[in-house]
Amino acid sequence: MAIETTTDNAVKAAPTPGPSQRSALPWLIARRALTGLVTLWCVSVIVFVATQAMPGDVAHIILGPSASAEQVAQLNQNLGLDQPLLSQYWNWLSSVLTGDMGDSLVSGQPVSELLAERIFNSATLTAIAMVLILPLSLLVGLLAAVFRDRLLDRSYLGTSLIVTATPDFVIGSLVIALFGTVVFKVLPPVSLIPPGDVPWEHPRQLVMPLAVMVLVGVTYLSRLVRVSFIDVLESEYVQLAIIKGLPMRRILFRHALPNALAPSIPAASIMAAFTIAGSVVIEYLFAYPGIGSALVDAVAGHDLPMIQAIIMLMAVAFFCFNQLADVLGTLNKSR
Amino acid sequence: MKAVEVTGLTVALDDGSVIVDDVSFGLESGQVMGLVGESGSGKSTVALALLGFAKRGANITGGKVVVGGVDLLALAPNDLREARKKLIGFVPQDPATALNPAMRIGTQLTEGMLGTKKDNLPRIREVLETVGLPSDDAFLRRHPQELSGGQQQRVAIAMAVAKGPELIVFDEPTTGLDVSTQARVLEMVARLCADNGMAAVFVSHDLAVVGTVGDLVTVMYAGQILETGSREEVLLSAAHPYSIALLESVPSTRQRLPLVSIPGRAPAPGAEFEGCVFADRCAFVEDRCRESAPALVATSTGGAARCVRVDHVRRNQTMLVKEPLHSAEGRAEGDASVLSVRNLDASYGRTQVLYDMSFDVAPGECLAVVGESGSGKTTMSRCLIGLHEDHSGTFVMDGKPLPPRLRDRSKEVKQRMQYVFQNPYGSLNPRETVATAVMVPLKHFYGDRGKAARAKAQEALERVEIPWRLADRYPAELSGGQRQRVAIARALACDPSLLICDEVTSGLDVSVQASVVELLRTLQDDGLSMIFITHNLAVVRSIGDRVVVLSQGRVVESGAVESVLIDPQHPYTRGLLADTLEVDRPDPETSDLPG
Repeated sequence: MAIETTTDNAVKAAPTPGPSQRSALPWLIARRALTGLVTLWCVSVIVFVATQAMPGDVAHIILGPSASAEQVAQLNQNLGLDQPLLSQYWNWLSSVLTGDMGDSLVSGQPVSELLAERIFNSATLTAIAMVLILPLSLLVGLLAAVFRDRLLDRSYLGTSLIVTATPDFVIGSLVIALFGTVVFKVLPPVSLIPPGDVPWEHPRQLVMPLAVMVLVGVTYLSRLVRVSFIDVLESEYVQLAIIKGLPMRRILFRHALPNALAPSIPAASIMAAFTIAGSVVIEYLFAYPGIGSALVDAVAGHDLPMIQAIIMLMAVAFFCFNQLADVLGTLNKSR
Repeated sequence: MKAVEVTGLTVALDDGSVIVDDVSFGLESGQVMGLVGESGSGKSTVALALLGFAKRGANITGGKVVVGGVDLLALAPNDLREARKKLIGFVPQDPATALNPAMRIGTQLTEGMLGTKKDNLPRIREVLETVGLPSDDAFLRRHPQELSGGQQQRVAIAMAVAKGPELIVFDEPTTGLDVSTQARVLEMVARLCADNGMAAVFVSHDLAVVGTVGDLVTVMYAGQILETGSREEVLLSAAHPYSIALLESVPSTRQRLPLVSIPGRAPAPGAEFEGCVFADRCAFVEDRCRESAPALVATSTGGAARCVRVDHVRRNQTMLVKEPLHSAEGRAEGDASVLSVRNLDASYGRTQVLYDMSFDVAPGECLAVVGESGSGKTTMSRCLIGLHEDHSGTFVMDGKPLPPRLRDRSKEVKQRMQYVFQNPYGSLNPRETVATAVMVPLKHFYGDRGKAARAKAQEALERVEIPWRLADRYPAELSGGQRQRVAIARALACDPSLLICDEVTSGLDVSVQASVVELLRTLQDDGLSMIFITHNLAVVRSIGDRVVVLSQGRVVESGAVESVLIDPQHPYTRGLLADTLEVDRPDPETSDLPG
C-alpha cells in the first residue's frame, strides 16, 4: 500500500530542533518547579491536618494515664497545642521553611538531629538498590526481548507477574524465613545498624533488604524495558541493520539500546520514587534504621513533628523523581 | 554464470500457508529487474528473501538464491551475515523509519562496510556526491530526522551502493516521494547500476516506475510469478490476462481513457488454489484453468507467462483497446457555480501556506487540484470544509455566502458539502459496521432511523457497488478499495452537491484506484460536482474537467484539463508533466501484434 507518509516539504516544514527549543528547556523546568512548590504546599496542608486528626491526645500519651488535668493543660500550653489550628499551622510552616523541624515529642531532641543519620541510612539503601536495579532491569528486559516467546521469556514473564502481584512484606517475610530464620540461617534476619556506623560497614545486614528491593524493582522495570526493546527490535531500522549484515552485538547495543533506553528512563525515575515509598515497609520489616522505620515508630508514638517531617521529606523526594521523569520524558519526545 | 540466480524460492508462514511460491529468475550484472505486483502479492517478501531474510512469522522453506556464486540460503548464520555485508545492498521503502533516529548518518553509512571507518570515508563521500548529497563532515554528523524525505532516500541508496555489492534490492524506494524527486531517484538508480555493473531487483506496485527503471519486468500475483520477460515484452505485448488487466487500470496523462478495474479482490496472502491463482478474476477463464495449476510457458515474443491460454489471450487482447473518452464539452456560460472561492489565504501560525487562491466549481464539474506535497492542497480542502480556521477569503456556495468556520455553518450547508479523506484505514471508525458508518450522517442530517435509514444506506452502498451483505462487516474485514467506497457512500448518503476528495486514490493499488476513479466518474455523470485533490497528473487526466495547478501555495496555472496537459504554459506544470512516468502502450493504429 502506498499511503503517502513522508514527503520532502513536510519534513522541511516540520519544526527542527533549534535554539528555540533548547531555550524552552529552562523555562519548562522553571514552570515545573513553580507548580511543584504549589503541590508541596498542598502536601504540607494535608500532612498537618491529617496528623492533627489522629486519634488520641498527645499530652495524655506523653504523660501517661495517671497525669492530672493541670499537667496535661500545662504540657499543651508548652507545646503550643492549645492555640487555634491555623496559627499552629502557620508556626509549623514558618519554622519548617527556616529549617527547624521542631523537637520530637517523645525524646525532646530536635527532629533534624534524630533524622540526619536515618536519612543517610535510607538514602544509602535506596541508592545501592537503584544502582543494582537499573543495569539488571536492562539486562533482563533485553534478554527477555531477544528470546521473546521462547521458554526463557515465558518463564520470566510468569515469575515477574507473581512477584509484582505479591505484596512487598510477604516477599520480605518469605526471604527472611528462607535465609534468616527457618531454612538456611545464613544471613542475619534483622538489619540493625548500630548508631554512628555507616551502613556499608555491615554488608551482611544489607543483603536481604536489598535483595527484596531489587527483586521487586527489577521485575517491574524490566517488563517495561522488555516491551520497549521488542518495539525497537521490530522496527525497520533494526531490520535494515540485520540486512546490512551487522553483528548481533552491534545491532543490540548500538542500534537497539539507545532507542529502547529512551522510553525506559522516565520509568526508571518513577521507579526510584516508588522505591523510596516502598522502603517504609522494607525498613520496618528488617528493622533497618532508616526514615521508613522511623516513620512507623513515630506514628506508633504519636510523635507529630517527626511524622510531619518524614512525610514532607518523602513527598519532596517523590516529587523530585517524578519531575525528573517528566523532564526526561519531554526531552526524549523533543528529540 | 549469471550474477544472480534464484530458483524455486518458497516462503511460508508459521502455519504452513505459502506466501511466495516457487519463484525463479536470473539476472546478469548491470541488469535491473522490475518486480511489480499489488499489495499482498508477495513482492516485498521476495525482496527480503533475496537476502536470506524473512519477517517474524514467515520462513524461507525452499529454493536457492545464488548471488556471486554463493547460495545464500545454504549458509550458516555467521556466513550469511558476511555474505549480506559483501554481496547485497538493500534500499528500504520508507527511509524515515528504516534509518536509525539515534545514530548519525555518517555512522550508519560506514558501519555496514568491511574495513575501518577511516578507510571507508573517502568512498562514502564519493558515493554521496554521486547521489547528489553534500559529503562534508557537517552532513555526516546529522541525524536522519534532520533530512528531507528525498535526502533520506538518497542516504539509504548511498548506503546500499557504497559497499559495491553484486546485487541491490530496492523495496518500493520511491513510493513516498514526489514525482519530481521520484524521477531524479529513478534516473540515479539506473545510472548507478549501469556504472557499477550491479544487478538490481526493483520492487514496485507502480507499472510506470518498473517500466522506467527495469530491463526485465516480472509480474507477481498471489505469491507466484505470472509473467516475466523484457520490458518491451511485458509492457507492450503482455501475454498474461493479469498483466493486461493491470495495464488497463493504469491512467495516462496523454489520453483520457476509461480505466478498467479487475473484478473481485486480490486473494489474501497464503490462500490456497486448486488451479490458476487468477482464475476467479480472469476474463479469459476456462474450466481447465481451475483444474490444475498452470506452469510458466514461453511466449512467442520470448518472455514467459503462467497461463494455459497464452496464444489465445495474445490474439484477442486487441479487442481490449479502448476508445478515448472525451470530457464533457464546455458547459453553458452563466451557469451559477456550486462554489466560488475568492482570495483565499491560509496559514499555520506565522507560516503562510496559501496565497490568494481563487476558483469556481460549476455544477457537475470535477475540478482537479494538483500539486506536490507541501503545495498546500490539503490545507485548501480543509479550509473549504471549514476544518482549518486560520484563513481569510470569501466563499460563495450556490449564490449564498458561506461562513468560513464549520461551527458557523448551518446544517443544510454542511450536508451539501461532503468530504472523503485520503486514508480509508483511518477515516472509518473501526468499531462501527459499514451500515452504521453510513447511517450516522443520515440520522444527523435527516433524523432517519431504523428501516428508513437502512434503506437509504443500502441505496448509497449500492451506488458505490458495495453489496448489502457486507453491511454488517467491520472496516477491518474489508479491502482498501472497499473501505474507500464505504467512505464515499457515507458522503453520498448525505446527498451532497459538492464532494471534496482529498487524495482518495493515493493509498490504493492501481486496479483498485481504477475502480474508484470509474465510480467517481459515474457519480459525476449523475450531476455531482467534485473537487478532486491529487498529486497524480494521470489521475487528473482521467477524471478532471478543469485543473488548478498549485505550487508552494500559489495557483501557477489553471484551465481545462485537455489544454493544460497538452500544452502547459507554466514551467512548473511542464516539469511536473515531464517527471510523471508513463507506461508505454501499444498504439492501436500501428500495433503489429501477431494474429
